[in-house]
Amino acid sequence: MRAPRVNAVTTAIATESSVQAAGSHRLSQLDVLESEAIHIIREVVAEFERPVLLFSGGKDSVVVLHLAAKAFWPGKVPFGLLHVDTGHNFPEVLAFRDATVARLGLRLTVAKVQDYIDDGRLRERADGTRNPLQTLPLLDGIAAGRHDAVFGGARRDEDKARAKERILSLRDEFGQWDPRNQRPELWNLYNGRHTVGQHVRAFPISNWTEYNVWRYIEREGIELPPLYYAHEREVFRRDGMWRAIGPVSEPRPGEAVETRTVRYRTVGDMSCTGAVDSDAASVSAVVREVALSTITERGATRADDRISEAAMEDRKKDGYF
Amino acid sequence: MTQALLTPADAGTTFAADAPGTLFRFATAGSVDDGKSTLVGRLLHDSKAILADQLESVTRTSTERGFGGADGGIDFALLTDGLRAEREQGITIDVAYRYFATARRSFILADCPGHVQYTRNMVTGATTADAVIMLIDARKGVLEQTRRHLSVVSLLRVPHVIIAVNKIDLLGYDESAFAAVAASVRAVTSELGLGAVHVLPVSALVGDNVVDRSPRTPWYDGPSLLELLESLPVVDEVETAIEAFRLPVQLVLRPQGAVAVALEDADAFRDYRAYAGQVASGTVRVGDSVSVAPGGATTIVTGIDFAGTELTEAFAPMSVALRLADDIDIARGAVIGAAGTLPESTRDLTAALFWLDPRALTPGDRTLVKFGTNTVQAIVSTVTGRLNLDTLELEPAGGLEVNDIGEVGLRLAAPLPVETFTENRRSGAFLVINAQDGATLAAGIVTGSGAR
Repeated sequence: MRAPRVNAVTTAIATESSVQAAGSHRLSQLDVLESEAIHIIREVVAEFERPVLLFSGGKDSVVVLHLAAKAFWPGKVPFGLLHVDTGHNFPEVLAFRDATVARLGLRLTVAKVQDYIDDGRLRERADGTRNPLQTLPLLDGIAAGRHDAVFGGARRDEDKARAKERILSLRDEFGQWDPRNQRPELWNLYNGRHTVGQHVRAFPISNWTEYNVWRYIEREGIELPPLYYAHEREVFRRDGMWRAIGPVSEPRPGEAVETRTVRYRTVGDMSCTGAVDSDAASVSAVVREVALSTITERGATRADDRISEAAMEDRKKDGYF
Repeated sequence: MTQALLTPADAGTTFAADAPGTLFRFATAGSVDDGKSTLVGRLLHDSKAILADQLESVTRTSTERGFGGADGGIDFALLTDGLRAEREQGITIDVAYRYFATARRSFILADCPGHVQYTRNMVTGATTADAVIMLIDARKGVLEQTRRHLSVVSLLRVPHVIIAVNKIDLLGYDESAFAAVAASVRAVTSELGLGAVHVLPVSALVGDNVVDRSPRTPWYDGPSLLELLESLPVVDEVETAIEAFRLPVQLVLRPQGAVAVALEDADAFRDYRAYAGQVASGTVRVGDSVSVAPGGATTIVTGIDFAGTELTEAFAPMSVALRLADDIDIARGAVIGAAGTLPESTRDLTAALFWLDPRALTPGDRTLVKFGTNTVQAIVSTVTGRLNLDTLELEPAGGLEVNDIGEVGLRLAAPLPVETFTENRRSGAFLVINAQDGATLAAGIVTGSGAR
C-alpha cells in the first residue's frame, strides 16, 4: 500500500493505516463499520433525488460528514446540510459548524425554532427544553427542500427505541416512525422505494458505538468543537448533571455555581445537556475515558431522555430523528 | 499534493480493548418464552456490557413490577424490549440491536422475536449474521417454530449454528434430559443438512454456561456460549479466500469540475473516473483482469482508491473505487468480476422466497427485484411449491402466504448475471419489492438460473 496521495476529507489525513495491510484478509472493526457506512451513503445518493444531511456540529454528524467526504472522493459531497437550531445551542458548536461548512464549500440551511416561537407556531415548554420542539421545523425544512432522504448520525446504542430502528427508516408525510410496521432489512440490500410525500431517514452509523465513534475520530484525526474536551467552566448542579451557565441555563436559588474541569459527551440543547467531570483534554484521553465509562452517553448528559422510559420512542413517532 | 493539515500529537494511540478488533454479528432465535431476551440480558450483564444507569433503570422497573418476588431480582428482558408495547405486553416485537465487546472481540447482536408473525424479523437478523443462537426450552424440546427457524437458518446459509438448550436448571441439570433434547435437535439439523452445530446446556436466568462454564453441568465439557462466540470465524474472512471477486457498481465517481475543496490540484482530477462499490466477495488486485456485466467486456484494474489512499488490493466487505484501463460503458447496476468468472446473464431463474408480507403471492404477480445495485421488474411465472416444515419437503401450492417459504420461477425484464445462493451468497440474494407501495415483500435466494 502506498502512502496516502492527498488529504481526503474533512480534516487531517488518516493518522494510521485506515485499511489493513495487504496479505491479511481481516478487517478491523472500524474498517468494517467504515465500509458499511460508506456503502449506505452511496446507496442513498444513488437511489434518491434530493438527500440532505442533518448537521449540528455534534460528533456523530461530523463523523457522517467525514464518511460522506470519503465516499465521494475526489468529488464534493453531493448533498447539502440541514440544521435545526433550537436557539439554545452552544456558541462554540455553531462556530465550528459554520467553519466546517465554509471549509468544505457545502450548502447549509438552518431552520430556527426561535422563528417558530416568535410567530406563535410553537410555544415554549414549561420545562424550558426545546429538543421536542425541533420536530416541526425539521419537517418543514425537509418539505421546503423537497428532501426524499435525510441522513442522520443516530446510533442504535444510544437508546432502546433507536436500537429497533432500521438503517433506512421510512417516514410518512408527518415524519412519523411506525415501529410495528418496519420493512425487513435483508443482507446489505437497502430498499429505498417510497411514495410521494414519504421520505427516508438514513442512519449510516447505526451500528457504531460511542467508543467506535471516538476511536474513529482518533484514527482519522477529525476535528471537533472544543467543548468535547476537558476545559474549565462555570457550572451548577441540577438533576445530577453539571449545567453550564448561559442565557437559557441560569442557576436557581440554592444551586451553587462553581468552576470545574468538565467536558461534554453530547452537545445538544444547552438547556437540557449536561457536562461531565473529566480531565480528558485530548482525543486519546477521551477514548480511554469512554472505554472505562460506567454510564451511557445519554444517561449522563440528557435531561430530556429522563422524562420517561419511552421518551425517545414517543418523539420519534412524532417525526423526530 | 496536499499534506496533512493537522496530526494530533497523540494520534495513533491504540487502546488495549480495541486491539484484536474483529467484529462478529450474531442473531438470536427461538419460540415465545424460550427466554431469548433473558439470555441476551444475561450475556450483556455477565460480560459487563450493561452500564450503571441502564442497570439501575431496569432494576427499578423490575422491582416496581414485583419481578423475582420479595427478594428482588432483575428482569433482563427489560434491557432489550425497548418499545412501550413490548414492555407493557412483556413480549419482543422487533429486532433489537445490541453492542458489546470483550477483550477478544466486538459483537453486534440482533435479538429477534419468536412469535410466528414476526418470522420476518428472524429472517432479517439471520441475513447479516455470522452465527445464530437458537434457543430451545429444555422442557419443551423441538417445536414447530424451532424447525421453522432452523430451516430459515439452513436456507440462508448462516455459517455457524449454536443451539442453546435453555432452562436446564428447571430440569435439575439432568444430563439425560439434555441428551434427549440434543438428540432430537441433531435429528432435525442433519435432516436440514446443517454442518457443524454446537449444542450446549444453559440457564439464562441463573447464568449457567452463558459466560462462564457452569459447575452444575459437570457432564458438559464444551465451551460456554461466550467462549464460542469469541472463537468462531467471521464469514467474510472464510469466504473471501474461496469466492470469486464481485463488485456491484453503486455509482460512477466522475467529479469533473466539482472536486473536493481540500484538493489543491483540482486539475489533476478533471478526467478522474472510477467505479464505486462494496466488494461483495473475493479479492481484487491492481493489474487484475476483470469482466463487466452487462456487456461482457474485459479490462484491467489500474487503480483501487479509498478516499485518497491508493490500495494494492481490496476484498470483501471493503467499500472502494476501481479505476479501469479501458473506457467501458459502466453504470450503476453493472457488476465487475474476476475475468471469466461472471455467469451468463439470464432473464429466467428459480428461487426460494421467504414471504414476509401479509398480502399473498399468486402466480402472474408483477414485482420488482433488487439484486446488488440493480432493481428490475419481474413476473412470478410459477409457484412450484411451499416448504412443509414438518416433512421439510416441497408440497404443491397455489401461492405463498406470510411466513411461507416456497419455490418460484421468475422472469426478469432485463438479463442479470445471477448466481445461485450456494455459489455466492451476495450475488445469489435479492429483495422482492412491491412496485406500488415499495414494501419489501420477500427475501429471495436463487436456486437455479436459465430457462427450464
